[in-house]
Amino acid sequence: MPTQRLVGSRIREKRLDRGLRQAAVAETVGISPSYLNLIEHNRRRIGGKLLADLARVLGVDTSLLIDGADREMLDEMRSAAAVSGGQAEVDRTEELAARYPGWSRLIATQARRIEMLDEKLRVLTDRLAYDPQLAGSLHEVISAVSAIRSSASILVGTEELDQDWQRRFHENIHKDSVRLAASSEALITYLEAPQTLVEQAGTPFEQVESYLAKTGFHLAQLESDQPDVARVVNEAGFTGAAAQHFQTIAERYAGDAALLPLGPFEKACRRTGYHPALLAQEFGVPLATVMRRLAHLPRDKDHPPIGLAICDASGALTYAKPVPGFSLPRSGGACPLWPLFGALSRPLQPLRLDAVLPAPNSTRVLCYAVAEPQGLAEFDFVPPLQSTMIVFPDPPEAEKAPRPIGVSCRICPRIDCASRREPAFMGIIGKTGL
Amino acid sequence: MGKRVLLIEDEPNIIEAISFILSRDGWTVHTHEDGTTAMDKVLGLPPDMIILDVMLPGRSGFDILRDLRASPVTKDIPVMMLTARGQEKDRELALRLGANHFMTKPFSNAEVRDYVRSLMEA
Repeated sequence: MPTQRLVGSRIREKRLDRGLRQAAVAETVGISPSYLNLIEHNRRRIGGKLLADLARVLGVDTSLLIDGADREMLDEMRSAAAVSGGQAEVDRTEELAARYPGWSRLIATQARRIEMLDEKLRVLTDRLAYDPQLAGSLHEVISAVSAIRSSASILVGTEELDQDWQRRFHENIHKDSVRLAASSEALITYLEAPQTLVEQAGTPFEQVESYLAKTGFHLAQLESDQPDVARVVNEAGFTGAAAQHFQTIAERYAGDAALLPLGPFEKACRRTGYHPALLAQEFGVPLATVMRRLAHLPRDKDHPPIGLAICDASGALTYAKPVPGFSLPRSGGACPLWPLFGALSRPLQPLRLDAVLPAPNSTRVLCYAVAEPQGLAEFDFVPPLQSTMIVFPDPPEAEKAPRPIGVSCRICPRIDCASRREPAFMGIIGKTGL
Repeated sequence: MGKRVLLIEDEPNIIEAISFILSRDGWTVHTHEDGTTAMDKVLGLPPDMIILDVMLPGRSGFDILRDLRASPVTKDIPVMMLTARGQEKDRELALRLGANHFMTKPFSNAEVRDYVRSLMEA
């Protein structure tokens, strides 16, 4: 996302950090509150004197508003600090990001890489323990070695062994040595295929989502009347598990696009204010289909940013589209207060939640979630559930106070939260004073 | 005729080597290579002791051991498990299911012979 798109978000963050009301700030700089609201939601470009005035009112340098780090990177840096165990000055994360953007990107990138390597390590460890091919190869090697050892021991340690027995055991040793050579070679070939291992050890979800992020989560080729899914999948160039996953995603995308053609859907979105329930009623499709479609609108047509998360009945994320201000940890440990998870205990009941993330970002998010059974209904069979949630960051202010929510317990300063499952990294609470 | 040992193992050259050393030690060695029909073989003999491999075609040595200990006819037959898997959890499982001894491959002939002797002398 271009830097300009984030300036408004930074202005909003700074204003909320300082506890200033939108109307008061607008009046001070001589604009209307509604115009400031548009600026804060990145709907109006800003620069020159107005930007300088806002920076002065907010008590920050203009460059911090223009070049400041995006919230996702700040969250990643705070997560990295949490994982590292408490030595980092978490309360100065934003300052670090503003003063040393290159180093900050490096911290965030390396934290992501460490997480990815941890995942690979876990998968490789699982393979060593449970891979039937590896277990079979090792069994073959050890069996051949055992037979050779026993036969050789008889030849060496048995007195008066007649020639027939000697010949038999020599032959056995020869056969087993040939078998050992072949099985050893097969084992080495198998172990020397790191690419295969890495490919399977990687996270297909992340590979696919990384690819989709480059397209803005919009696959224009699948929007036509007769989309060529196979071609799109082929051009993406995935292999292994990622290819299978992308195939599923692309087929689902094409299916959603067929039910909700882009042109009429975009018009309806604008008319209904992107309201998922109204859209579902208008088109007569399930809520989850509308939610997925909303999150995959083209980014160049001035639609609001909409995040998406899909999880299975265990709460494991199977699809995630982050947007500034919203991302969930993939490797588990997400805040359980998101309606994505709450919906799993109330299938087919749509949930709506106006929520606010912890300081320092204090991002407000409007979430819609629903859990729906998958597949065809059958008697005496409980269908698997899938929960879908869309997130609108920075919605218009609601009358009721938003519900406090978090990203992950480890970086959440809400110490009294009844849903807390693990302690927060001490620095998160101690240094933010929250 | 010496005492009977039943070797349930699917590696032909291991069968031949163990059969050779135990035969020279005075045992009558019977062999069987298939896990599925192993219990029939045991009940048909029955042997004085059993050397039982874990990874067998058709049925695991652990499952066979479980059946051996459940049958009044075979519950007291001494069993020595042989396995290429030396993990502690496998050893614990074998002993919990009632194995008298657990030996990992590659084993030494002397170890096998000495243990079988000790079992019969006990």
